[in-house]
Amino acid sequence: MKNIKFLILALVVSTLFIGCSKDDDQQPQPVNEEEVITTLTVTLVPDGGGTAVSLQTRDLDGDGPNEPVVTTGNLASGVTYNGSIVLLNETVDPAENITEEVEEESVEHQFFYTSGGDLDITISNENLDTNGNKLGTEFTLVAGAASSGTLTFTLRHEPTKPNTGLSDAGGESDIIASFDITIE
Amino acid sequence: MRNYALLVLLFSSITVFSQKCDNSLSGKVTDIHDGQLLTGVTLIIAGTEQVVQTGLNGNYTFSNLCNAMYYIQVSHPYCLTKGFSVKVSGDTNKSFKLEHHIEELNQITIEGKAYGDKSKTLLENTISKEELERFSSGSVGDALKSLSGVSALNTGNTVVKPLINGLHSSRVVIINNGVRMEDQEWGAEHAPNIDINSISNLSVIKGAGALQYSGDAVGGVIIAETSKVPVKDSLYGKSLMTTTTNGRGLSLSSKLTKSYKSGWYTTLQGTLKRFGDFEAPDYVLSNTGIFERSASVKLGFNRFDYGIEGYYSRFENEIGILRASHLGGAQDQVRAIDSDSPLIINDFTYTIAAPRQDVTHHLATIKGFKRFENFGKLSFQYDFQRNNRLEFDIRRGDDKDKASSDLQLDTHTVLLDLESRLTDELLLKSGIMAKYQNNFANPSTGVRRLIPDYKMYDLGMYFIVDYQLNDQLLLEAGGRYDYAYMDVFKFYRTSFWESRDYDQRFPEIVIEELSTQILVNPQPNFSNGSGTLGAAYTFGKDYKLFFNYSIASRAPNSSELFSEGLHHSASRIELGDLSFKSEIAHKVALTFQKESAKFSFYVNPYINTISNFIVNEPIDVQKTLRGSFQVWEYRQTNAQLLGVDVDASYAFAKNYRLKSQLSLVKGYDQTLNAPLIGMPPVNVSNEVVYQNPEFNTIRLSLQSAYTFKQNEYPNTNFEVYIPETQTRQEVDVSSTPDAYHLLNFNSSIDINLNQNSKLTVGLRITNVLNTSYRNYLNRLRYYADDLGRNFLFNLKINY
Repeated sequence: MKNIKFLILALVVSTLFIGCSKDDDQQPQPVNEEEVITTLTVTLVPDGGGTAVSLQTRDLDGDGPNEPVVTTGNLASGVTYNGSIVLLNETVDPAENITEEVEEESVEHQFFYTSGGDLDITISNENLDTNGNKLGTEFTLVAGAASSGTLTFTLRHEPTKPNTGLSDAGGESDIIASFDITIE
Repeated sequence: MRNYALLVLLFSSITVFSQKCDNSLSGKVTDIHDGQLLTGVTLIIAGTEQVVQTGLNGNYTFSNLCNAMYYIQVSHPYCLTKGFSVKVSGDTNKSFKLEHHIEELNQITIEGKAYGDKSKTLLENTISKEELERFSSGSVGDALKSLSGVSALNTGNTVVKPLINGLHSSRVVIINNGVRMEDQEWGAEHAPNIDINSISNLSVIKGAGALQYSGDAVGGVIIAETSKVPVKDSLYGKSLMTTTTNGRGLSLSSKLTKSYKSGWYTTLQGTLKRFGDFEAPDYVLSNTGIFERSASVKLGFNRFDYGIEGYYSRFENEIGILRASHLGGAQDQVRAIDSDSPLIINDFTYTIAAPRQDVTHHLATIKGFKRFENFGKLSFQYDFQRNNRLEFDIRRGDDKDKASSDLQLDTHTVLLDLESRLTDELLLKSGIMAKYQNNFANPSTGVRRLIPDYKMYDLGMYFIVDYQLNDQLLLEAGGRYDYAYMDVFKFYRTSFWESRDYDQRFPEIVIEELSTQILVNPQPNFSNGSGTLGAAYTFGKDYKLFFNYSIASRAPNSSELFSEGLHHSASRIELGDLSFKSEIAHKVALTFQKESAKFSFYVNPYINTISNFIVNEPIDVQKTLRGSFQVWEYRQTNAQLLGVDVDASYAFAKNYRLKSQLSLVKGYDQTLNAPLIGMPPVNVSNEVVYQNPEFNTIRLSLQSAYTFKQNEYPNTNFEVYIPETQTRQEVDVSSTPDAYHLLNFNSSIDINLNQNSKLTVGLRITNVLNTSYRNYLNRLRYYADDLGRNFLFNLKINY
């Protein structure tokens, strides 16, 4: 009998011991993704003046369910454009310019441009990293004959440099953005 | 005293008159406390001086007895000698029970649980200390894989998770030194945080029948125990060293125990492992090194009727994850899968760079027991665990050296167990458990939390009754109830919250709306019942038949409930579901076992029917700026797993033994009528062992392990656009690797250094033929081959 009393006492004590440890609820801090790139904007300024063409893909919820919103533009046949790429993280306010980070770590990054369909363009004259290899956040684009197709911008992190293109660049893709483009 | 009893019996003998005297008297001798069979018990019939001893199965037989009253003295070195009078009439069966105290004092240290009987109606597979020592440089998962029915879910070769009858992670409960491991075990790439050198016995129960540990072990329970300390004045220890050619590393482990006759004892143990990049037959597996450090200390006091023990262990493991497995989106995956060799191969190095994991696990426990006469054994245990898990990815800029996942899980548990023998036949075990858990996801990582901050409260209670119906048949029944309440703070992406209609379904849990995120406070609770019903039937000389039915209920884990976003290490988006219910499994297992010195085997067919089974599988592809990612969504369905495990050991000649194993499991999604993803392929292993106890216990073995191709798997391939080829290409993530055959060699020899010290030298070669292969259950199988040949050189000193 004494033992049973002891048992019941022990049960009650141990339950109390656990039950009373609810501490005050503290709300956690939100995390704003630091490395996410929400927006890629390619600005193509015609050599010798004229209206700049802007290509943009914007995915404000990152890897959330919403698809990127893509705005594209048309190019004029025979025109040479000075291109530049800006990457932003717009989940923070003010938006963070990721291009600066990429340029700081220029050796570890490279932009590649691939055209698909019948699109007749030539891209050259990419800017260089600190080792004298291609970086490609700035470039020259020449629009050829009237045609249409896709233009894809791929940013590779830690690629093999120098390389002959995407096929032997390796590394991993930080950005893959495709635009439907028409040359008029 | 014993001799005196013997003399009294001898001189008080009665003379037996000759009648028809061809009767036999047989039966068995068991321990009065736990029903354990006692071997080596001497039985003497006073008067006729017939002497017999019980064998391995505790049985004895006298023959040529008359129909008369006999006085029998039953004695055992560790028991109090007792005299019994037995009336023999025809062939008579009589079993004896002895008080087995002395041995218990010598062998059994205090335990929060009675490890002797984890489940009496489910077969318990055990890995011995000697077997464990062969895996000293590996992991717990590597050792467990050597049992039939247990496979491993690998992430590379250093993250090894046990898979029991096709199930893993939250469905497999691991008990380490009496403590249920709470080490973020929900993750498929989270290995158990146990140093294999800290344990001396490892057993697996393939089912939920061991209700004293948990009611949610849908797959099974793994029990790791530390060694028992004798009650005598002694100082002893051992050191193990293993060097390997593959990984070019070293594993060192030492253990020292001091014990006193008074009952006090202490054990110190430590392990250090350092390996560089491992190698496949054709290339270096870059960034697959490992650095493990662990230490434990145990201090206790043990008497027959009471005892107390404190234990603390710290385990830290730094694991490199194959560099080539870190990818951007699906377009990168296509490149990786299409390439025969990993996309990144660097020179061998010991450096462990990102991607890597750095996990620290602390475990502290204090437990005690007291035996009360006519009442039973009451045990108490409190344990505290802290698991800190850091995962580092390839990052950019200032975040380079910052972890992308930083989780800290603290768990406090109190257990109170009572084991009482109500009658000679009836044993009742019961207990209660209370647990408090706190998970903290550090926001300074700069990456959205994969697992949210939460607090969890658990309360459980159980009972198990064993009833020894007769000498052959034991019946077991048990029930358990668990209640869990979670208090969660989770930030959802507003877009996800709305796309799931959570804004309609759970508006009441919203606390705060930010620009792109929403803070909610879900408070799910789960009431889970579980039970077991079984029988063990002993027949013939050494046959046993076990039957067990168990029902297990498992509450969904935090990953299944709250995942929402990109899981970098898996290169996929994972989505959980707030409305999940508990998973309920009905498992029926049958085991037919024969145990004898020459030939032993068991056959263990089972069927596990699980409702609300949570599967994680690809459903979609999502476009992001980083490329396309496969979306894996958790879904509840009805599943069935069936299979059979076969294990046999045959001593075909003196000192030679053939060991064979077969494991087969099939898993189906009954709702979709399709195979389940990630089921282990059939595997067969045969091993020839030569062991000569007369020649320095030399042991040589050659094992052949054949793994079939898994030909039942769901097709989850998908297509993505590849800019460089301007085509849409299929990403083949579901095809399974080809069958493979591996040869493993093992050898060891003992050298006695002096009276108290022994040196064991061993050489082990794994993958002798240097076969290139890929394993379906390795999550990195898309990117690289598995390990090539490895020479492991072991030295062990017992002192």
